[in-house]
Amino acid sequence: MTDTKREAPASPEKRAAALEIVLRRKADMPKNFVAEFTEHADDAWITANGAQMVARAWTDPEYRARMLVDGTAAARELGFEFPEHHRNLVVLENTATVHNVIVCTLCSCTAYTIIGAAPDWYKDLDYRARVVRESRTVLREMGLDLPATTEIRVWDTTADTRYMVLPMQPPATTGWPVQKLATIVTQDSMIGVTRLEQVKGLRSWTACTT
Amino acid sequence: MDGLHDLGGKQGFGRVKYPSAPHNENWRPLVRALHAFAIESHIYNMDEFRHAIERMTPRHYISAPYFERHLTAIATLLIEKGIATREELESLVDGEFPLSGPLGPGRLPFAPQSFAIGETVRVKNECVSGHVRVPAYIRGKTGTIVHVSTPTPFPDAAGHNMQAEIEPTYDVRFRARDLWPDASDEALNHVAVFQSYLEKVERA
Repeated sequence: MTDTKREAPASPEKRAAALEIVLRRKADMPKNFVAEFTEHADDAWITANGAQMVARAWTDPEYRARMLVDGTAAARELGFEFPEHHRNLVVLENTATVHNVIVCTLCSCTAYTIIGAAPDWYKDLDYRARVVRESRTVLREMGLDLPATTEIRVWDTTADTRYMVLPMQPPATTGWPVQKLATIVTQDSMIGVTRLEQVKGLRSWTACTT
Repeated sequence: MDGLHDLGGKQGFGRVKYPSAPHNENWRPLVRALHAFAIESHIYNMDEFRHAIERMTPRHYISAPYFERHLTAIATLLIEKGIATREELESLVDGEFPLSGPLGPGRLPFAPQSFAIGETVRVKNECVSGHVRVPAYIRGKTGTIVHVSTPTPFPDAAGHNMQAEIEPTYDVRFRARDLWPDASDEALNHVAVFQSYLEKVERA
Protein backbone atom coordinates (compact mmCIF):
# COMPACT_ATOMS: atom_id res chain seq x y z
CA MET A 1 0.00 0.00 0.00
CA THR A 2 1.49 3.34 -1.02
CA ASP A 3 1.38 6.60 0.90
CA THR A 4 -0.61 8.33 -1.83
CA LYS A 5 -3.46 5.88 -1.33
CA ARG A 6 -3.60 6.88 2.32
CA GLU A 7 -3.92 10.60 1.68
CA ALA A 8 -7.69 10.49 1.15
CA PRO A 9 -10.28 8.13 2.59
CA ALA A 10 -11.57 5.36 0.35
CA SER A 11 -14.78 6.32 -1.47
CA PRO A 12 -18.04 5.83 0.40
CA GLU A 13 -19.01 3.18 -2.19
CA LYS A 14 -15.93 1.14 -1.29
CA ARG A 15 -16.45 1.60 2.44
CA ALA A 16 -20.11 0.55 2.21
CA ALA A 17 -19.15 -2.52 0.18
CA ALA A 18 -16.55 -3.47 2.82
CA LEU A 19 -19.16 -3.29 5.57
CA GLU A 20 -21.45 -5.53 3.56
CA ILE A 21 -18.67 -8.12 3.25
CA VAL A 22 -17.97 -8.00 6.99
CA LEU A 23 -21.64 -8.39 7.93
CA ARG A 24 -22.05 -11.34 5.56
CA ARG A 25 -18.89 -13.09 6.72
CA LYS A 26 -19.06 -12.41 10.43
CA ALA A 27 -22.64 -11.60 11.37
CA ASP A 28 -24.44 -14.12 9.13
CA MET A 29 -26.22 -11.48 7.07
CA PRO A 30 -28.21 -13.43 4.48
CA LYS A 31 -27.16 -12.89 0.89
CA ASN A 32 -30.56 -11.47 -0.08
CA PHE A 33 -30.97 -9.19 2.92
CA VAL A 34 -29.97 -5.95 1.22
CA ALA A 35 -32.13 -6.51 -1.86
CA GLU A 36 -35.13 -7.68 0.13
CA PHE A 37 -34.88 -4.92 2.72
CA THR A 38 -34.52 -2.25 0.04
CA GLU A 39 -37.49 -3.56 -1.89
CA HIS A 40 -39.62 -3.63 1.25
CA ALA A 41 -38.55 -0.14 2.36
CA ASP A 42 -39.16 1.33 -1.10
CA ASP A 43 -42.52 -0.38 -1.54
CA ALA A 44 -44.03 -0.23 1.95
CA TRP A 45 -42.67 2.93 3.59
CA ILE A 46 -44.07 5.54 1.29
CA THR A 47 -45.65 8.97 1.40
CA ALA A 48 -48.92 7.46 0.19
CA ASN A 49 -49.38 5.91 3.67
CA GLY A 50 -49.52 9.25 5.44
CA ALA A 51 -51.52 10.65 2.54
CA GLN A 52 -54.19 7.98 3.08
CA MET A 53 -54.36 8.87 6.77
CA VAL A 54 -54.74 12.56 5.94
CA ALA A 55 -57.43 11.94 3.31
CA ARG A 56 -59.33 9.70 5.72
CA ALA A 57 -59.12 12.37 8.44
CA TRP A 58 -60.52 14.95 6.03
CA THR A 59 -63.55 12.79 5.26
CA ASP A 60 -64.17 10.97 8.55
CA PRO A 61 -64.45 13.20 11.64
CA GLU A 62 -64.34 10.23 14.02
CA TYR A 63 -61.10 8.95 12.47
CA ARG A 64 -59.69 12.47 12.64
CA ALA A 65 -60.50 12.67 16.35
CA ARG A 66 -58.90 9.27 17.01
CA MET A 67 -55.84 10.25 14.99
CA LEU A 68 -55.28 13.44 16.97
CA VAL A 69 -55.44 11.48 20.24
CA ASP A 70 -53.32 8.50 19.15
CA GLY A 71 -51.55 8.72 15.81
CA THR A 72 -49.90 5.31 16.24
CA ALA A 73 -53.27 3.56 16.59
CA ALA A 74 -54.70 5.54 13.67
CA ALA A 75 -51.78 4.43 11.46
CA ARG A 76 -52.10 0.79 12.55
CA GLU A 77 -55.84 0.97 11.85
CA LEU A 78 -54.97 1.48 8.17
CA GLY A 79 -52.38 -1.31 8.28
CA PHE A 80 -49.20 0.76 8.56
CA GLU A 81 -46.20 -0.37 10.58
CA PHE A 82 -43.51 1.23 12.72
CA PRO A 83 -39.95 0.20 13.56
CA GLU A 84 -39.53 -0.87 17.18
CA HIS A 85 -38.06 2.43 18.33
CA HIS A 86 -40.86 4.63 16.91
CA ARG A 87 -43.07 4.28 19.94
CA ASN A 88 -45.41 7.22 19.42
CA LEU A 89 -46.81 9.01 16.40
CA VAL A 90 -48.17 12.45 17.23
CA VAL A 91 -50.33 14.11 14.57
CA LEU A 92 -50.21 17.91 14.50
CA GLU A 93 -53.27 19.67 13.15
CA ASN A 94 -52.84 22.73 10.96
CA THR A 95 -55.65 25.27 11.07
CA ALA A 96 -56.30 28.58 9.33
CA THR A 97 -54.19 30.30 12.00
CA VAL A 98 -51.78 27.56 13.21
CA HIS A 99 -48.96 26.08 11.14
CA ASN A 100 -46.84 23.13 12.31
CA VAL A 101 -43.40 22.23 10.98
CA ILE A 102 -41.14 19.27 11.87
CA VAL A 103 -37.37 18.97 12.20
CA CYS A 104 -34.76 16.82 13.92
CA THR A 105 -31.91 19.10 14.95
CA LEU A 106 -29.72 16.38 16.51
CA CYS A 107 -29.87 13.86 13.64
CA SER A 108 -32.64 13.46 11.06
CA CYS A 109 -35.43 11.43 12.63
CA THR A 110 -38.76 11.14 10.79
CA ALA A 111 -41.80 8.87 10.78
CA TYR A 112 -40.36 7.30 7.61
CA THR A 113 -42.72 4.33 7.49
CA ILE A 114 -45.65 6.76 7.34
CA ILE A 115 -44.43 9.77 5.35
CA GLY A 116 -41.64 8.07 3.38
CA ALA A 117 -37.85 8.40 3.60
CA ALA A 118 -36.76 11.89 4.60
CA PRO A 119 -35.78 14.11 1.67
CA ASP A 120 -32.18 15.32 1.46
CA TRP A 121 -33.05 18.92 2.32
CA TYR A 122 -34.59 17.75 5.62
CA LYS A 123 -31.27 16.11 6.52
CA ASP A 124 -29.20 19.13 5.46
CA LEU A 125 -27.35 21.07 8.13
CA ASP A 126 -28.96 24.33 6.93
CA TYR A 127 -32.51 23.12 7.63
CA ARG A 128 -31.61 21.52 10.96
CA ALA A 129 -29.75 24.60 12.23
CA ARG A 130 -32.13 27.28 11.03
CA VAL A 131 -35.76 26.16 11.08
CA VAL A 132 -35.98 26.13 14.89
CA ARG A 133 -34.72 29.68 15.22
CA GLU A 134 -35.79 31.34 11.96
CA SER A 135 -38.92 29.35 11.16
CA ARG A 136 -40.84 32.08 9.37
CA THR A 137 -37.81 33.17 7.35
CA VAL A 138 -36.85 29.62 6.34
CA LEU A 139 -40.42 28.75 5.33
CA ARG A 140 -40.61 31.94 3.27
CA GLU A 141 -37.34 31.09 1.53
CA MET A 142 -38.77 27.65 0.75
CA GLY A 143 -41.85 29.23 -0.82
CA LEU A 144 -44.32 29.34 2.08
CA ASP A 145 -44.98 32.96 2.99
CA LEU A 146 -47.23 32.71 6.05
CA PRO A 147 -49.37 35.64 7.15
CA ALA A 148 -47.99 37.50 10.18
CA THR A 149 -51.01 36.38 12.17
CA THR A 150 -50.25 32.66 11.70
CA GLU A 151 -48.84 30.99 14.80
CA ILE A 152 -45.87 28.80 13.90
CA ARG A 153 -45.26 25.67 15.95
CA VAL A 154 -41.91 23.95 15.43
CA TRP A 155 -41.46 20.32 16.60
CA ASP A 156 -37.94 19.00 17.22
CA THR A 157 -37.79 15.18 17.03
CA THR A 158 -35.33 14.65 19.90
CA ALA A 159 -36.89 11.50 21.43
CA ASP A 160 -38.63 8.42 20.04
CA THR A 161 -41.86 10.30 19.39
CA ARG A 162 -42.42 10.85 15.68
CA TYR A 163 -44.56 13.63 14.25
CA MET A 164 -46.60 14.24 11.12
CA VAL A 165 -48.54 17.32 10.15
CA LEU A 166 -52.22 17.02 9.28
CA PRO A 167 -52.53 19.65 6.54
CA MET A 168 -55.71 21.62 5.95
CA GLN A 169 -57.92 20.35 3.17
CA PRO A 170 -57.96 22.76 0.22
CA PRO A 171 -61.51 24.16 -0.01
CA ALA A 172 -61.62 23.40 -3.75
CA THR A 173 -61.47 19.65 -2.98
CA THR A 174 -64.59 19.52 -0.81
CA GLY A 175 -66.64 16.46 -1.70
CA TRP A 176 -63.82 14.56 -3.42
CA PRO A 177 -63.62 10.83 -2.72
CA VAL A 178 -60.92 9.66 -0.27
CA GLN A 179 -58.70 8.03 -2.88
CA LYS A 180 -58.62 11.17 -5.01
CA LEU A 181 -57.92 13.34 -1.97
CA ALA A 182 -54.95 11.14 -1.03
CA THR A 183 -53.29 11.94 -4.36
CA ILE A 184 -52.90 15.64 -3.51
CA VAL A 185 -51.21 15.09 -0.11
CA THR A 186 -47.46 15.58 -0.41
CA GLN A 187 -44.58 14.62 1.87
CA ASP A 188 -43.60 18.28 2.21
CA SER A 189 -47.09 19.14 3.48
CA MET A 190 -46.80 16.43 6.17
CA ILE A 191 -43.39 17.81 7.22
CA GLY A 192 -44.91 21.27 7.21
CA VAL A 193 -42.90 23.24 4.66
CA THR A 194 -45.87 23.63 2.32
CA ARG A 195 -49.61 24.08 2.73
CA LEU A 196 -51.87 22.36 0.25
CA GLU A 197 -53.90 25.50 -0.31
CA GLN A 198 -50.86 26.42 -2.41
CA VAL A 199 -51.33 23.50 -4.80
CA LYS A 200 -51.64 24.80 -8.34
CA GLY A 201 -55.02 24.37 -9.96
CA LEU A 202 -56.86 24.13 -6.66
CA ARG A 203 -57.09 27.56 -5.14
CA SER A 204 -54.62 30.38 -4.94
CA TRP A 205 -52.76 30.69 -1.66
CA THR A 206 -53.23 34.46 -1.58
CA ALA A 207 -56.97 33.96 -1.42
CA CYS A 208 -56.50 32.13 1.88
CA THR A 209 -54.18 34.63 3.47
CA THR A 210 -56.34 37.71 3.57
CA MET B 1 -21.97 15.76 24.16
CA ASP B 2 -21.37 19.25 22.86
CA GLY B 3 -20.71 18.09 19.32
CA LEU B 4 -21.32 19.72 15.97
CA HIS B 5 -24.36 17.47 15.53
CA ASP B 6 -26.21 19.74 17.99
CA LEU B 7 -27.15 22.20 15.28
CA GLY B 8 -30.40 23.77 16.47
CA GLY B 9 -30.11 27.56 16.42
CA LYS B 10 -26.53 27.68 15.14
CA GLN B 11 -26.05 30.70 12.91
CA GLY B 12 -24.24 31.29 9.65
CA PHE B 13 -25.94 28.56 7.64
CA GLY B 14 -27.48 29.35 4.27
CA ARG B 15 -30.64 28.71 2.31
CA VAL B 16 -32.05 25.21 2.42
CA LYS B 17 -31.31 23.42 -0.87
CA TYR B 18 -34.96 22.86 -1.68
CA PRO B 19 -36.15 20.91 -3.50
CA SER B 20 -33.35 18.34 -3.34
CA ALA B 21 -31.44 17.39 -6.47
CA PRO B 22 -31.99 13.81 -7.63
CA HIS B 23 -29.18 11.29 -7.15
CA ASN B 24 -28.39 7.76 -8.24
CA GLU B 25 -25.89 6.73 -5.59
CA ASN B 26 -26.50 3.04 -4.98
CA TRP B 27 -24.35 2.99 -1.85
CA ARG B 28 -26.97 5.02 0.01
CA PRO B 29 -29.67 2.30 0.03
CA LEU B 30 -26.92 -0.24 0.75
CA VAL B 31 -25.88 1.67 3.89
CA ARG B 32 -29.51 2.00 4.94
CA ALA B 33 -29.97 -1.78 4.62
CA LEU B 34 -26.76 -2.63 6.48
CA HIS B 35 -27.82 -0.41 9.36
CA ALA B 36 -31.28 -2.04 9.38
CA PHE B 37 -29.62 -5.47 9.56
CA ALA B 38 -27.40 -4.41 12.45
CA ILE B 39 -30.39 -3.04 14.39
CA GLU B 40 -32.54 -6.09 13.62
CA SER B 41 -29.71 -8.39 14.75
CA HIS B 42 -29.16 -6.36 17.94
CA ILE B 43 -25.52 -5.71 17.07
CA TYR B 44 -26.16 -2.21 18.41
CA ASN B 45 -29.17 -0.10 19.39
CA MET B 46 -30.37 3.21 17.93
CA ASP B 47 -28.81 5.29 20.70
CA GLU B 48 -25.42 3.62 20.26
CA PHE B 49 -25.74 4.33 16.55
CA ARG B 50 -26.62 8.00 17.07
CA HIS B 51 -23.80 8.40 19.56
CA ALA B 52 -21.30 6.81 17.18
CA ILE B 53 -22.26 9.50 14.64
CA GLU B 54 -21.85 12.20 17.30
CA ARG B 55 -18.37 10.87 18.07
CA MET B 56 -17.13 11.56 14.53
CA THR B 57 -14.44 14.23 14.45
CA PRO B 58 -16.04 17.65 13.93
CA ARG B 59 -14.35 18.18 10.55
CA HIS B 60 -15.51 14.81 9.29
CA TYR B 61 -19.06 15.23 10.63
CA ILE B 62 -19.59 18.61 9.05
CA SER B 63 -18.20 17.61 5.66
CA ALA B 64 -19.66 14.09 5.31
CA PRO B 65 -22.99 13.52 3.57
CA TYR B 66 -25.75 11.92 5.65
CA PHE B 67 -25.14 8.31 4.61
CA GLU B 68 -21.38 8.65 4.99
CA ARG B 69 -22.03 9.58 8.63
CA HIS B 70 -24.12 6.42 8.87
CA LEU B 71 -21.46 4.16 7.40
CA THR B 72 -18.81 5.67 9.66
CA ALA B 73 -20.97 4.86 12.70
CA ILE B 74 -21.65 1.30 11.48
CA ALA B 75 -17.92 0.68 10.95
CA THR B 76 -17.01 2.14 14.34
CA LEU B 77 -19.57 -0.01 16.13
CA LEU B 78 -18.61 -3.20 14.28
CA ILE B 79 -15.06 -2.66 15.55
CA GLU B 80 -16.15 -1.77 19.09
CA LYS B 81 -18.38 -4.87 19.20
CA GLY B 82 -15.52 -7.10 18.10
CA ILE B 83 -17.06 -8.04 14.75
CA ALA B 84 -14.38 -6.37 12.61
CA THR B 85 -10.96 -4.78 13.07
CA ARG B 86 -9.74 -1.51 11.70
CA GLU B 87 -7.00 -3.32 9.77
CA GLU B 88 -9.56 -5.62 8.20
CA LEU B 89 -11.71 -2.70 7.03
CA GLU B 90 -8.71 -0.80 5.67
CA SER B 91 -7.52 -3.88 3.86
CA LEU B 92 -10.96 -4.39 2.31
CA VAL B 93 -11.07 -0.82 0.96
CA ASP B 94 -7.34 -0.73 0.20
CA GLY B 95 -7.07 2.69 1.80
CA GLU B 96 -8.10 4.82 4.73
CA PHE B 97 -11.38 4.13 6.56
CA PRO B 98 -12.13 7.10 8.87
CA LEU B 99 -13.83 6.14 12.13
CA SER B 100 -15.49 7.89 15.07
CA GLY B 101 -13.67 8.82 18.28
CA PRO B 102 -13.64 6.60 21.37
CA LEU B 103 -16.64 5.85 23.57
CA GLY B 104 -16.67 7.43 27.03
CA PRO B 105 -18.83 6.62 30.07
CA GLY B 106 -22.61 6.89 29.98
CA ARG B 107 -24.97 7.60 32.87
CA LEU B 108 -28.07 6.15 34.45
CA PRO B 109 -31.48 7.84 34.67
CA PHE B 110 -32.50 9.90 37.67
CA ALA B 111 -35.13 8.85 40.22
CA PRO B 112 -38.60 8.87 38.65
CA GLN B 113 -40.62 12.05 38.96
CA SER B 114 -43.93 12.87 37.39
CA PHE B 115 -45.09 15.83 35.41
CA ALA B 116 -48.56 16.66 34.12
CA ILE B 117 -49.79 18.23 30.90
CA GLY B 118 -49.91 22.00 31.42
CA GLU B 119 -47.18 21.95 34.07
CA THR B 120 -44.31 24.43 33.84
CA VAL B 121 -40.93 22.66 33.89
CA ARG B 122 -37.28 23.58 33.57
CA VAL B 123 -34.69 21.68 31.56
CA LYS B 124 -31.73 20.94 33.83
CA ASN B 125 -28.64 22.94 32.95
CA GLU B 126 -26.43 19.89 32.50
CA CYS B 127 -23.36 19.37 30.35
CA VAL B 128 -23.09 15.67 29.55
CA SER B 129 -19.99 14.40 27.77
CA GLY B 130 -21.61 11.13 26.63
CA HIS B 131 -24.78 10.55 24.62
CA VAL B 132 -27.62 12.91 25.55
CA ARG B 133 -30.74 14.00 23.69
CA VAL B 134 -31.11 17.52 25.07
CA PRO B 135 -30.32 20.05 22.36
CA ALA B 136 -28.19 22.83 23.85
CA TYR B 137 -30.74 25.47 22.88
CA ILE B 138 -33.14 24.39 25.64
CA ARG B 139 -30.60 23.87 28.45
CA GLY B 140 -31.78 25.65 31.60
CA LYS B 141 -34.89 26.95 29.80
CA THR B 142 -38.44 26.89 31.12
CA GLY B 143 -41.41 25.58 29.17
CA THR B 144 -44.82 23.92 29.42
CA ILE B 145 -45.65 20.25 28.97
CA VAL B 146 -48.13 19.69 26.12
CA HIS B 147 -47.92 15.91 25.59
CA VAL B 148 -46.69 12.81 27.43
CA SER B 149 -45.39 9.81 25.47
CA THR B 150 -45.05 6.10 26.07
CA PRO B 151 -41.89 5.34 28.11
CA THR B 152 -38.72 4.68 26.07
CA PRO B 153 -35.16 3.67 27.05
CA PHE B 154 -33.06 6.42 28.63
CA PRO B 155 -30.64 7.39 25.84
CA ASP B 156 -27.71 8.41 28.06
CA ALA B 157 -27.54 4.78 29.24
CA ALA B 158 -28.69 3.02 26.06
CA GLY B 159 -26.13 4.92 23.96
CA HIS B 160 -23.36 3.39 26.07
CA ASN B 161 -24.75 -0.15 26.05
CA MET B 162 -25.76 0.16 29.71
CA GLN B 163 -28.99 -1.26 31.08
CA ALA B 164 -31.44 1.50 30.15
CA GLU B 165 -34.61 1.86 32.20
CA ILE B 166 -37.56 3.20 30.28
CA GLU B 167 -39.08 6.55 31.17
CA PRO B 168 -41.64 8.91 29.65
CA THR B 169 -40.70 11.72 27.32
CA TYR B 170 -42.60 14.97 27.34
CA ASP B 171 -43.24 17.35 24.46
CA VAL B 172 -42.32 20.67 26.06
CA ARG B 173 -43.38 23.98 24.54
CA PHE B 174 -40.99 26.94 24.66
CA ARG B 175 -41.21 30.40 23.16
CA ALA B 176 -38.56 31.18 20.57
CA ARG B 177 -38.05 34.57 22.17
CA ASP B 178 -37.16 32.89 25.48
CA LEU B 179 -34.68 30.59 23.74
CA TRP B 180 -32.98 33.27 21.63
CA PRO B 181 -34.05 36.66 23.01
CA ASP B 182 -34.21 39.36 20.34
CA ALA B 183 -32.60 37.07 17.78
CA SER B 184 -35.24 34.70 16.43
CA ASP B 185 -38.51 34.58 14.51
CA GLU B 186 -41.50 34.38 16.81
CA ALA B 187 -42.67 30.78 17.17
CA LEU B 188 -43.61 28.11 19.66
CA ASN B 189 -40.78 25.59 19.80
CA HIS B 190 -41.56 22.06 20.94
CA VAL B 191 -38.88 19.61 21.99
CA ALA B 192 -39.33 15.98 23.11
CA VAL B 193 -37.55 15.79 26.47
CA PHE B 194 -36.82 12.72 28.60
CA GLN B 195 -38.11 12.83 32.17
CA SER B 196 -34.62 12.69 33.69
CA TYR B 197 -33.67 15.93 31.89
CA LEU B 198 -36.47 17.92 33.57
CA GLU B 199 -36.91 19.53 36.97
CA LYS B 200 -39.87 21.01 38.80
CA VAL B 201 -40.29 24.77 38.83
CA GLU B 202 -41.12 26.11 42.29
CA ARG B 203 -44.19 28.29 42.23
CA ALA B 204 -43.51 31.87 43.36
